Formats: sequence, C-alpha cells, structure tokens
Amino acid sequence: MSSPDTREVILEARELTREFDGVKALDRFSFKLHRGEVLGLLGANGAGKTTAMNCLLGLTLPTSGELNAFGMPLQANRIEILRRANFSSAYTALPGNLLVWQNLSVFAGIYGVPNPKQKIAELMELLEIAHLQKRVTGQLSAGESTRVNLVKAFLNDPELLMLDEPTASLDPDIADKVRKVVRKVQRERNIGILYTSHNMRDIEEVCDRVIFLHKGKIVCEGTPADIVAQSSSSSLEDVFIKIARDGEIVDEPEKEKAS
Amino acid sequence: MNFYVIRALVMRYLFLYQRTPMRLVELVFWPLVDLVIWGNVTVFIQKNSDEKFASFVLFFLGAMILWDILFRAQQGVAISFLEDVWTRNLLNVFVAPVRTMEYLSATYIVGFLRILVTFVVMSVVSWFGYKFNVFQLQWWLLPFFLNLMIFGWSLGMISTALILRWGQAAESLAWAVPFFIQPFVAVFYRVEDMPAWSRPFAWLFPATPIFEGMRHVMDTGSASWSMLGLSFGLNALYLTLAGMLFVRVLNITRKRGLLTKFATQ
Repeated sequence: MSSPDTREVILEARELTREFDGVKALDRFSFKLHRGEVLGLLGANGAGKTTAMNCLLGLTLPTSGELNAFGMPLQANRIEILRRANFSSAYTALPGNLLVWQNLSVFAGIYGVPNPKQKIAELMELLEIAHLQKRVTGQLSAGESTRVNLVKAFLNDPELLMLDEPTASLDPDIADKVRKVVRKVQRERNIGILYTSHNMRDIEEVCDRVIFLHKGKIVCEGTPADIVAQSSSSSLEDVFIKIARDGEIVDEPEKEKAS
Repeated sequence: MNFYVIRALVMRYLFLYQRTPMRLVELVFWPLVDLVIWGNVTVFIQKNSDEKFASFVLFFLGAMILWDILFRAQQGVAISFLEDVWTRNLLNVFVAPVRTMEYLSATYIVGFLRILVTFVVMSVVSWFGYKFNVFQLQWWLLPFFLNLMIFGWSLGMISTALILRWGQAAESLAWAVPFFIQPFVAVFYRVEDMPAWSRPFAWLFPATPIFEGMRHVMDTGSASWSMLGLSFGLNALYLTLAGMLFVRVLNITRKRGLLTKFATQ
C-alpha cells in the first residue's frame, strides 16, 4: 500500500453531484489534487469529465457537494482562486482576429502579470513559438494555437492548472513537445495539474495519478501502472476500453476467479 | 473592482478595432445614412413651411444624433459580449479572474468610445451639411448625453441577458431591443402627438424626457429640471434592474450548465 500523500491539497471535491434533467452527469464525485501532482481525469465521452471540469472552473454549479481550492470554498472565493489558477482547452480559442501578442497582452493584463512583455517572450521561447508573436491568431495551425493557449495558461504562474485535452488534434511530434513542456513547467514550478485526455500516451507520460469515470462515478483510481496491473490488462488503453464498454476494470471471468 | 482588469478588457476591444478597421464602417456608415436621409427630409420640410417651423424642424437632426447615443451605448455592451461569443473567447474570459462588474464596466467604456466616434462624425456632418449645430443644446447636451448613454447601457445588459438565456439564436436581439422601445420614447415626435393609449407608456422610459427636453431647448432655450430628474431617476431604476437581470440570468446559465454549451457552440 502506498503511503498517504502529505503534500498540500490545492483542489478538493467532496461528494460532487451534478444532475441534468434528472440524469446524474456526476454522482458523488470526490477527489483531492495535491500541489505538484498531475491528476488525469479519464473516461469515455459522457463519463462526466467535462462536467467535472466545468464545475471546478465555476462554469457550472454542482447540484450538491462541496468544492474547495487552496482551502477555500470555490463559489465564495472564485476570483481569488482563479487568480492563482489557469485553464487551457482544445475547445476554446483566443480571438482569431487579433495578433498573438495582442491576445496574450490582454490576458496578461487580466491576470495582472508584472513585466508582461518579458513574461510573454519567455514563455513563447519556452514553447518554441517566439516567431509567432506578430502572427494573426486565427491563422495559426492547430499545434501553434495549442501552444499559444498554453502560453496564456502559464502567464500568471498558476499554482493550479486545468488542461482539457491539450493535445487533441495535434500530430504526434507536436503532442510530444507539448507533453514535455507541460511536464517540465509543472516540475519546475511545482504546479498541480488536472488533466483530461483521450490519448492514453498523454496520460502515461504526464499524469502521476489517474481517476477513471464512468457515468459520473469513479470506477478506479491510482497510478497508471497500478491501474493496468489491477485490471490485468496489457495497457491503459485496454483499461479505458474495458471501462467505456463494461463500466468496470475487471472482466466477469476474472471476477469469478477472484471470488 | 480591479481597474487593470477593466483596462485589459477594453484594450482587447481596441485591438479588435485596430485590427479590423471595417468595423468602423458600422460606427460611421449607418449613422451617416440616417443623418443624410433625415437631413434631406428636414431640408424638404424647411423649404415648404414658414420660417419659425423651418428652424424648429431641425429637431429631426438633433433627435437622430441623440438616438444614436442611446443606440451606440446599447451596442457597445451587447456587441462586445457577442464578439467574445463569435471568437469562442467567452470561456477564457469567464474562467479568468474577471468580476461581472468588471466585464460590464469594460463594455460600458467601449460603448462610450463608440458613441464618441459616431457623435463627432455626425455633429460635424450635420453642421457642414445641414447647418445644424448640436451644441445649440448648450450645457443641456451633457445631461442628455449622460442619460441616453446610461439607458443604452441598461438596454445593452437586457439584450445580453436575453441572448445568454436563449443562446445565439437570439443574437438578433442585440440590434432589435432598442427598436422595441423607439416608438414609445418620442424620438421624432412629441408625446402629446402619440396615440392616447401609448402616452402613459412613454413616461416609463428615461429617454422620453430627454427627447422632449431636446425639443424644448431647441424651441425655448431651456428644458425642465423635473424632466431631467425624472430621467435620472428612471435610469437609476433601469440600471439596477438590468444589472440584477444580467446577474440572475448569468447564475441561471451557470446552474443549468448552459454557459459552456453557449460558449463552445
């Protein structure tokens, strides 16, 4: 058995439930994210990941349950918490008609970043997109756009970062670069990251711990290696498929054998 | 409220106008079309009426310019919000540390800047084209301007709340809402010339005393303080109610999870 994580809890959900027209998209979902930890939230489409992420971002209110970040209730301290957090998603975009530096300057202003020009230049350098500063945001490739979104997400040196499928629609080369940069920045700055992805390679490389959701409920959680071992599957991808189809990590014959 | 957040949000809209100057067409072209049409109608009436009425009829141009203050202020709020929807930027803004009041304040400022551009252009063209000097309203112009702008902000918040509630399908409300009330606020005619059944409704809107006041100033050189007070009072009420409506709708969209659907449509 692994020893309990003693690092500071920076994000915690307790018995979070979210219903839509009587259907539970999240069902008594509880978890803790520690400082410096990367937690993967996995599940098939409709498993509840996006709902969970939206609740955590304050975009959707939970039907019941508690949400705390940095030890404070999220709803009552939303602005203070969001100042210390950031978010990037493959499904949102920065305004396409502005230049990259203009978009980033606006967000640097919103987050109150000191020396914004220098900060933007440093982060763009880090993500190998320094040459894109004067490009029109809407004309960037998917890979460039993802990395610009990541620069925005790192602008305020967040202690908590939520990344929603950051490598979606990226080619393997760019996806690999993005994973490496995320991991590098996360380690250097000891950031807690909540990470969703359908790409199991992402999860194995980036996440310290994962939670599998199915129909809004937690099916299993642990390190990627532990989960693969528990399920007697050959890979995390197999576990994913098994959970998506059966809602469990162990096959019926395996369960019978165990009993 | 954080001034730097407001400044950053305003900067985002200024960048937008700098990057796409075609947007200025909307601020200049349509108001000029209206001005030219009403200007020509005014000239026609002036040529076919006695001297006293000929000078009084210039109120058409005054009404046109003042109506545009209200309309541009409303557009500043509603279109700024839609810009974020169209560019799929709404989520980025709503998950950033931006208070609702900061967001709205930025749209108010954008509304004010939009008015300034349109007002200057229309004032200059109406003077050189039709010998109408908007400054004949003297210092009354200031409270008129202020009241119409505040009412425009309120209508902008109401439009935005309705769009938030019903989604992008309702975005034409961003342009339509001011015109729902236009027939009732006596822009181009006196309240006493309106059908009897509609007159009580006219006094429910803060813009009515302003348009009545404008005609009075053009006719007599002064306006009624009580009318001005009525306008300010109604504006305080509308601004409060519109703000409450906006916050309430925003909370409903959060409760129902509509915000994310709306923002990623």
